[in-house]
Amino acid sequence: MAIKPEKNPMPTQSPEERAHNFDEVALGYTYKMAKAEASRCLNCKNKPCVNGCPVNIDIPGFIDYIKNDDIEGAYKHISKSSSLPAVCGRVCPQESQCEKHCTLGIKFEPVGIGRLERFVADYHNENSTDTPERPTSNGKRVAVIGSGPSGLTCAGDLAKKGYDVTVYEALHTAGGVLVYGIPEFRLPKSIVKKEIDTLKSLGVKIETNVIIGKTLTVDELFDMGFEAVFIGSGAGLPNFMNIPGESLKGVYSANEFLTRSNLMKSYRTNPDTPIMKGGRVAVVGGGNVAMDAARTSLRLGAEKVYIIYRRSMDELPARREEVEHAEEEGIEFRLLCNPVEILGYKNENDPKDPKNGFVKAIKCIKMELGEPDEKGRRRPVPVENSEFSLDIDTVIMSIGTSPNPLIKNTTKGLEVNSRGGIVVNEDGLTSKNAVYAGGDAVTGAATVISAMGAGKKAAHAIDEHLRNK
Amino acid sequence: MYKILTKKSLTPTVIQMEIEAPLVANKARPGQFIILRVDEDGERIPLTVAGTDQKRGAVKIIFQIVGATTKKLDIKNEGEYIEDFAGPLGVPTHTDGIKKVCIVGGGVGCAIALPVAEEFKRLGAEVTGIIGFRHRDLLILEEEFSSCCDTLTVMTDDGSYGRGGNVTVPLKEMLENGEKFDMIITIGPLIMMKFVVETARPYNTPVTVSMNPIMIDGTGMCGGCRLTLNRDGKRITSFACVDGPDFNGYEVDFDEAMSRGRMYADFERHAYEDTCNLFKKSEGEF
Repeated sequence: MAIKPEKNPMPTQSPEERAHNFDEVALGYTYKMAKAEASRCLNCKNKPCVNGCPVNIDIPGFIDYIKNDDIEGAYKHISKSSSLPAVCGRVCPQESQCEKHCTLGIKFEPVGIGRLERFVADYHNENSTDTPERPTSNGKRVAVIGSGPSGLTCAGDLAKKGYDVTVYEALHTAGGVLVYGIPEFRLPKSIVKKEIDTLKSLGVKIETNVIIGKTLTVDELFDMGFEAVFIGSGAGLPNFMNIPGESLKGVYSANEFLTRSNLMKSYRTNPDTPIMKGGRVAVVGGGNVAMDAARTSLRLGAEKVYIIYRRSMDELPARREEVEHAEEEGIEFRLLCNPVEILGYKNENDPKDPKNGFVKAIKCIKMELGEPDEKGRRRPVPVENSEFSLDIDTVIMSIGTSPNPLIKNTTKGLEVNSRGGIVVNEDGLTSKNAVYAGGDAVTGAATVISAMGAGKKAAHAIDEHLRNK
Repeated sequence: MYKILTKKSLTPTVIQMEIEAPLVANKARPGQFIILRVDEDGERIPLTVAGTDQKRGAVKIIFQIVGATTKKLDIKNEGEYIEDFAGPLGVPTHTDGIKKVCIVGGGVGCAIALPVAEEFKRLGAEVTGIIGFRHRDLLILEEEFSSCCDTLTVMTDDGSYGRGGNVTVPLKEMLENGEKFDMIITIGPLIMMKFVVETARPYNTPVTVSMNPIMIDGTGMCGGCRLTLNRDGKRITSFACVDGPDFNGYEVDFDEAMSRGRMYADFERHAYEDTCNLFKKSEGEF
């Protein structure tokens, strides 16, 4: 049978419909679609896709189970490498990881690996009634700081090996960026909750409202009897551009905007936590977070949403599918543009005018791509006298974050680099004995799956360390 | 869930509670704050710690009923629970090397000023207190301040109790009379703190102000609490949750902070009215 050159398309809500609701955009493969897509896998010998996966899932292996109608078998196979398959199937940038290396991709479209992973995990969540077997405890206690993707992965892997794991979370809900950052329409919170419940049934304890560095320190965790600590505290304070007008009312960091909508549920009718909605919105930045912020604004009722990005579409770092979805939903990309100033409303005749101090417009300058920088990306340079203004009501700055200082400031002997990221060796070990770290706290803002990879590596190293102790 | 150990009204609109949170009680220092949520899906609000009792694992908070969330908190009684209580956050008030301090509190800000005053007293500093309220009926904690201040001046805007006028009146007199404070620490409405700074400026007396901007996480993640500092001719963005809440009063851009504080004024008014109506309705039902 000839191989179908294109991936089986993912069913989605129509752009017109989904632009006004927070339900999941991509609806997932049916059993039949999954089987058809699985049959495109060549099951090639050298499996280049596996090396493209930060947690090295045996991709042809799990696809083989789908081909043989054993979806639960596929789930168990993925679970050997990944603690959060329903999450990764949705949010991984597959086009730059596993699918990038797919042999089929040389001639045709690669196998839809992410879509298959999601299908397997969703099928398991819907149909399986087995609770995971609780491993026999080895009596050793490990503390994990942060319940985002790196922390949950590390906790899950250690729990499976019999460790007594406690996860400390600063916020009131576990999940880290999966709950405060990634919106419902891309990753339903019920899925995150399900993955966390799975970890709990493995014996992982989750303590919310504990801010390590404030409520307790890393050193105190050792005094409490923990034998190793993993720091997965995530990204920290949002970056701003340092242009005039960033303190006007209506200027948000993407972290704040998304936290209000996702974690604090401002997207619901009559929320307790306010958010500026409607009007005209400019999102500055081109990553996944920028796409999430733009599409959230749209769903909150914005009449117009711009993405302002200083490079071109080719350099846009967001996941391709998110960019396509954003375009379909009517978000306007203003590429090769950079904001230089945010202008505010000021009624000279009435200092008490309630509109005073709110955003009115954003002034940008056109850019062109110059010589490549040290990373090989062409550096954007401003085009002289090309300034223009867009009338807007809200600006969302989505230009990355800097690591959180709370743990660094309260942990003696914990080395950080010039950007504030925690320094680790290839095992995830920090400069402090038995303290490991991974995810955005080490790398700065990166992807869910790379954080999971780091959590996994650290879990392995912690196990080695404690077994040899 | 966190238990409300005690509850008491200091005035009809200012409530004091002790919440059971042993980990927070063990760590909290004067000047730090907590974040709480009354119920699931509730708003996260920051409140400065007004005192701790480590033996009972209790953290004291004092709040004014101003919005929907504080209204909901006020409905809760002793023995009941609130959903979340996290902290202590922010940097404690710096006390090193301060031998003579003037604490200037305004309104419900006095609740936060009190533990700071008590801490200085404990450390053996000479403490001058100036506390101000709009009206006699809003006066709180006078007795507590009396016992930790070497001298205390109580002001009311309308002269209904103590001296009439703003807190800056006695402060200016003291400074004019040659009082030399190592530090003035002021906690209260932004406009009051701004004028305390202006009053102290001609005398080159350092002023610490306690900022209380809009916040969500309080842990250095959202950036909503940012404020601008003017330092060495540069404008610097700083975050009240991790860098503060105390700042050098001469550096803070108060006008910007006041403007940002009103970002959700409209929303808050509606939410407060809705909450009040909701309670009225349910009272009618029962």
